[in-house]
Amino acid sequence: MGMRQHNLWMLRKLAVVALGMFAFGYALVPIYKAICEMTGINILALGEKELPGSGNARLSKADNSQVDTSRTITVEFDANARGPWQFKPMQRSVQVHPGQLMSVMYEFQNVQDRSMSAQAIPSYAPSEASAHFNKMECFCFNQYTLAPGEKKQWPVVFVIDPKLSKSVHTITLSYTFFEVGSKTPAAPVSKVSAVAVSGEGV
Amino acid sequence: MSAVIDTGGRVGAHDHDDHHHAPTGWRRWVFATNHKDIGTLYLVFAFTNLLVGGVLALMIRAELFQPGLQIVNPELFNQLTTMHGLIMVFGAIMPAFVGFANWMVPLQIGAPDMAFARMNNFSFWLTIPAAALLLMSFFMPGGAPATGWTIYAPLTMQMGPSMDAAIFALHLLGASSIMGSINIVVTILNMRAPGMTLMKMPLFVWTWLITAYLLIAVMPVLAGAITMTLTDRHFGTTFFNPAGGGDPVMFQHIFWFFGHPEVYIMILPAFGIISQIVPAFSRKRLFGYASMVYATSSIAILSFIVWAHHMYTTGMPVTGQLFFMYATMLISVPTGVKVFNWIATMWKGSMTFETPMLFAVGFIFVFTMGGFTGLILSMAPIDLQLQDGYYVVAHFHYVLVAGSLFTMFAGYYYWSPKWTGVMYNETRGKIHFWWTLISFNVTFGPMHFLGLAGMPRRYADYPMQFADFNAWASVGAFAFGIAQVYFFFFIVLPTMRGQGAKAAQRPWEAAEGLEWEVPSPAPFHTFDNPPKLNADANRIVA
Repeated sequence: MGMRQHNLWMLRKLAVVALGMFAFGYALVPIYKAICEMTGINILALGEKELPGSGNARLSKADNSQVDTSRTITVEFDANARGPWQFKPMQRSVQVHPGQLMSVMYEFQNVQDRSMSAQAIPSYAPSEASAHFNKMECFCFNQYTLAPGEKKQWPVVFVIDPKLSKSVHTITLSYTFFEVGSKTPAAPVSKVSAVAVSGEGV
Repeated sequence: MSAVIDTGGRVGAHDHDDHHHAPTGWRRWVFATNHKDIGTLYLVFAFTNLLVGGVLALMIRAELFQPGLQIVNPELFNQLTTMHGLIMVFGAIMPAFVGFANWMVPLQIGAPDMAFARMNNFSFWLTIPAAALLLMSFFMPGGAPATGWTIYAPLTMQMGPSMDAAIFALHLLGASSIMGSINIVVTILNMRAPGMTLMKMPLFVWTWLITAYLLIAVMPVLAGAITMTLTDRHFGTTFFNPAGGGDPVMFQHIFWFFGHPEVYIMILPAFGIISQIVPAFSRKRLFGYASMVYATSSIAILSFIVWAHHMYTTGMPVTGQLFFMYATMLISVPTGVKVFNWIATMWKGSMTFETPMLFAVGFIFVFTMGGFTGLILSMAPIDLQLQDGYYVVAHFHYVLVAGSLFTMFAGYYYWSPKWTGVMYNETRGKIHFWWTLISFNVTFGPMHFLGLAGMPRRYADYPMQFADFNAWASVGAFAFGIAQVYFFFFIVLPTMRGQGAKAAQRPWEAAEGLEWEVPSPAPFHTFDNPPKLNADANRIVA
């Protein structure tokens, strides 16, 4: 019957459309990722190196037209390592204008014979500066694992907000480095005691 | 009218064996392949779900009658809001319109039945296990899904086994909808009576043709989204899990790519029903038939590019917000065309206000209010304030209850004489209308003020300052619920039992369309031979 054939033919075409739309639902996954990456909409889809302010960003850097050249702030860097590794800023202090983007490197070295994970925690003096000290990128955002004896440098990139109180002329940025438990095997107890003993021996 | 349509007594000639091939008893319904029987099944199923979803809504309103926790705990409350939404959208509104389509599309285009009668039966019977799965989820460990009807990730990852039940239920309902839509498209495109060109089709048929295309386009996308959810839950994929490179916001994009066309799926057939009823009771031709068709099509096309207006607060860039804001506002243009066309149809008409017309005019009034709040919500800066608040709840109940549900009532009163052969009681119909209209506004009107004052949705409790409006809303909700029970016992049941005045073949003097060319009640088989339309029979369009 002609009508029946016509109907079945159209049924098949529409079923293909339905299946195609099911596939399109899955195709939305890569499309979504591609659009987010092209337009920079979704920061979750960006790598760490591509984040705004990380130096080689694909995105525009923070607008720098707000630099207040009438003031100069001294930023002093401090590092406290809680444990057997070395951790120090490459510069003791820098002079910056509020609104000026500044990058300072810190050097880290794991001096043990085991790999170790750790994270730095910042603090500020005077404490009122903390609200105006904007870190665009900082090693303290992440936990890092260092192999035995490995040496690395990581940056802190910051802008001081021009709204900072006029009475502040010096800011001290102090980092304390803590081991992050359970990421890497803990130091064997016997070895620690051996180190301690040998230390006593010396 | 009969002058231009030559049915040549063919319908009468088939009267003697109308019920000849029909199985009887329960077999008639389980093995139903007749479009009228399946339409009835869909309508009964939908009305049952309306009552079930309504009971859930009344539990919500009972809890919100006063501040504090009285009746349900917050966990159950969230399950109630979720299941109320899922049941009303997928169990009540969509099947009800499919029921209307099954009953009326073949009658209105002069076809003997739907194109695929057995697939039609399968489409309907898939909905029963789906509804059972949804309801059973209340009794599973951890209770029913409590994600909200939008089943957002990552909430769906945290739900118990009931989430899987809901996903399977949605799969079944989606498959049912797709099959039903394919059936409707094929029926409309291939089986119209000779001479009924596309631009002579009644508007209910037109709106359903477009709705069916929307369903075929977006139900598979929902199926994809919930399949991803399922594999994320059980098979180690990470579509929506950031730990594996996924993104929960992507679920919202995929869901609303389905969800916004879905909104129009639930309202376009309503536009069609109103476009049939308003001319009949204004005793005028529909104003701007062609513009109605184009407006419906533009709404359908625009519905694919506005989805992210549900997601202004997800951290979209301003450019994106502006695009979706303007696209959304654009939809109010074709919608406005429709509203003005209905008003122009009524203008200087010889109007009478039987119950179908009351519901139709009530729809135009209240739906337009819902449309305006939608326009307000489309503006990103305002939406940021109102997102996930009671203003949104008020908005979508104004367009879904006063929009879709009111037109279904209008359609029931308009066509039930043809379905049952019995006129409903006009006084009772008017009581039902006024009771429904007033209690509806008492329920959802105050929610605008609650939303503007900052009351968030989906919470079992609220601060004292919201108490009065919530008490009003709860009282209104119970009155609204009782009105629908009244509708069932005093209007639907008597007509189903054949109590009441016998309906004439043309119960409405100015109603147009092929459905009025068959006797009341419509015989089991109609249009076995296609009716001949006069070559210039443009009067059969609504």
